[in-house]
Amino acid sequence: MNVSANKKGTTLIQKVKEEWKRNKELYIMILPVVIYFFIFMYIPMYGAAIAFKQFSPAKGILGSDWVGFTHFFRFFDGIYFVRVLKNTLVISVYSLIFGFPAPIILALLLNEVRVKWFKNLVQTVTYLPHFISLVVIIGLLKEFTISTGLVNDVFAFFGMDRFPLLQKPEAFRPLYIISEIWQTVGWNSIIYLAALSGIDEQLYEAARMDGANRWKQTLHITLPSIASTIIILFILRMGSLFTVGFEKIILMYNPSTYEVSDVISSYVYRSGLLDMNYSYSTAVGLFNSVMNFILLVVANKLSKRISKTSLW
Amino acid sequence: MSKRDTIKRRIKTSMSYKVFQGFNTIFLILLMIVTVYPMVHVVMASFSEGIALTSHKGLLLWPAGNPTLDAFKAVFTNPNILKGYRNTMFVLIVGISLQIFMTSLGAYVLSRKKFALKNPIMFFITFTMFFQGGIIPFYLLIKDLNLINNLFSLILPFVVSAYNLIIMRTSFAAIPDSLEESAKLDGASHFAIYARIVMPLSKAVIAVMLLYYGVGIWNGWFWASVFLRNRSLFPLQLVLREILISNDVSSMTQGTSGADVAVIAESIKFATIVVATVPILSIYPFLQRYFAKGVMIGAIKG
Repeated sequence: MNVSANKKGTTLIQKVKEEWKRNKELYIMILPVVIYFFIFMYIPMYGAAIAFKQFSPAKGILGSDWVGFTHFFRFFDGIYFVRVLKNTLVISVYSLIFGFPAPIILALLLNEVRVKWFKNLVQTVTYLPHFISLVVIIGLLKEFTISTGLVNDVFAFFGMDRFPLLQKPEAFRPLYIISEIWQTVGWNSIIYLAALSGIDEQLYEAARMDGANRWKQTLHITLPSIASTIIILFILRMGSLFTVGFEKIILMYNPSTYEVSDVISSYVYRSGLLDMNYSYSTAVGLFNSVMNFILLVVANKLSKRISKTSLW
Repeated sequence: MSKRDTIKRRIKTSMSYKVFQGFNTIFLILLMIVTVYPMVHVVMASFSEGIALTSHKGLLLWPAGNPTLDAFKAVFTNPNILKGYRNTMFVLIVGISLQIFMTSLGAYVLSRKKFALKNPIMFFITFTMFFQGGIIPFYLLIKDLNLINNLFSLILPFVVSAYNLIIMRTSFAAIPDSLEESAKLDGASHFAIYARIVMPLSKAVIAVMLLYYGVGIWNGWFWASVFLRNRSLFPLQLVLREILISNDVSSMTQGTSGADVAVIAESIKFATIVVATVPILSIYPFLQRYFAKGVMIGAIKG
C-alpha cells in the first residue's frame, strides 16, 4: 500500500520533471501572458472584495473593515435600483428585438445578390461605421439632432416644432438603438455571410429539382444552415441581457434624460469614479456581473438541451 | 399538371423573383446612402465656410459657401490636436507592438498539442471573458501601480485580449504539425519555430490583429478619461470629445487668432473628425478579405 503510493508519487514528480524538460521553453514563453492575466484580470477580481468592506484608500483592500452585504442592501433599497435595472433591461431588450435580426436580414438579402461587385460594394460601405469611434458617432448624432440640425430641418419641413432631441427623454432610446444598428449592422452580418457561403450548392440544386422556389429554398435550406450560428450568437446576447455598455451611454446622456438613460454600468461609473463611492459602486457592479454570469450559464444549458449547440 | 402549366409556373416564379431582386437592389442602395450620408456631410462641412455652414439648412452635398481649407489650417495649428495626435501615435506604436508580441506568444504556446498545462491555462484565460472584477477594482489597481497620469496606463493593462488570443491560437493550430516536427529534427527550439516558421506563415491573422488592436487604441477614450488628468497627455479621442460632446470652444480654437474664431468654429468640428477618422477608414478596405475568417473563429470559439 505504502509502497505503491510512494511509487505513484515518484512517477508524478518524474512526469513533472519530464514535462518541464521537454517544454521548458513553452513555460518561459507563456509566463508573461499568465502574469498579465493574473495582474490585470484576477487581481481586480480579488479587489472586488471591497464590495463587502468599507473601503478606505488609507487602509487598503486588506485592511478595510468587513461590512457584509450592507452595500448591496443599500442599493436594493435605494431609489436607483428599480430605475437603472429597468433602463438596462429595456434598452437591452429593444436592441435585442431590433438589433439582433438586422444583420441576419442584411446577410440574407446580400446572399441573393448575384452581381459580385455590387455585393462587395455594399459590404465595404456597410462595414465602414464599425471603424468610426463612438466619440465621433455621438458627436455627429448631437450635430444632427440639435434644434438647427438636419433631423430638425426635416421635422420643421413637416410643420413640427424644433427640439434638441438628445434633451428629450422619449427620444433617447430610439436614438440609441438606431445609431447602434447604423454602426453595427454591416459588421455583424459578416459572420452570417461566412456561414451562408459554407452552404453546399448541391442542396439548392436538389431542391430546385423538387420544384422548390427561391422562398422555399430560403426557408428550408438557407435558414436551417445558419441556425446554429444564430443560436450561438443569441446565447451570447442572452448572457449579456443585463449589460448595456457605459461608454456610449455616458457620451449620450445628460441629466435631463437620466430617468430613461441611466443604466447599471453608467450608474456604477458615476457613483464610483466620479463620486468616489468605491465600495458601494463595486457592490453594484458585482451584483451585475454575477447576474450576467448566471444568465449566460442558464442560456448555454438551455441551448445545449434544445439544439445541441453550446459555447462550452 | 400539364407541361404548359409547369412552364407557366416557372415563368411566374422567375417574374416574382425578378421583382424581389429589383426591390432588394433598391433597398441595398438606400442602405448605402443612409450609411454614407453622415460621412459625406462631415467631409463637405469640413470644407465649408463656418458662417455659411451655421445658416445652412437640410442636406449638405456640397460645401456651404465657397470651398475653403481654413478649418483644416486651424486644426493643424491647434496645439491640443497636435499633442493628441502625438500621444495617440505613441500609444499605438508601443501598444500594438507589445500586443502582437504577447498575443502571438500566448497563442503559439496554447496551440501546441503536447503541452500539459494547455487546458488549465486556456480556462484561466477564457474565464476572464465571462467574469471580471469590475471597473472600480480595475481603477484602484492602476492607481496602486502608480500608472495614473502615465501613457503606459493605456498600454500595459490592455496588452492581451482573450478574444484576440483565441482567434490567433485557432489560426496557429491550423498550421501543419509536420513543419514543427521537421524543424525539431533539425534541432530548432520553440523560440525558433515561433519566430521563423509560425509567425512568417501567419501574415493574414497578424494583419487582422493589427487592425483589431489598432482600432481599439485609435478609437479608445474611456480609460484615458479616467487615468489621465494632465491635459498634455490626452489622446486624440479625448480632445475630440471636448470639441464634439462638451462643445469646448476654447480647446477647439486654440492657436487660431481671435477674429477668425467665430467664422470657422462650426467647420472646425468637422475638420477634426475628418483628421481623426480618415487614417483608419483608409486602411481597412485593404484588410477586408481577412475579416470573415477572424470574426468567424472569434465568435464560435469565444
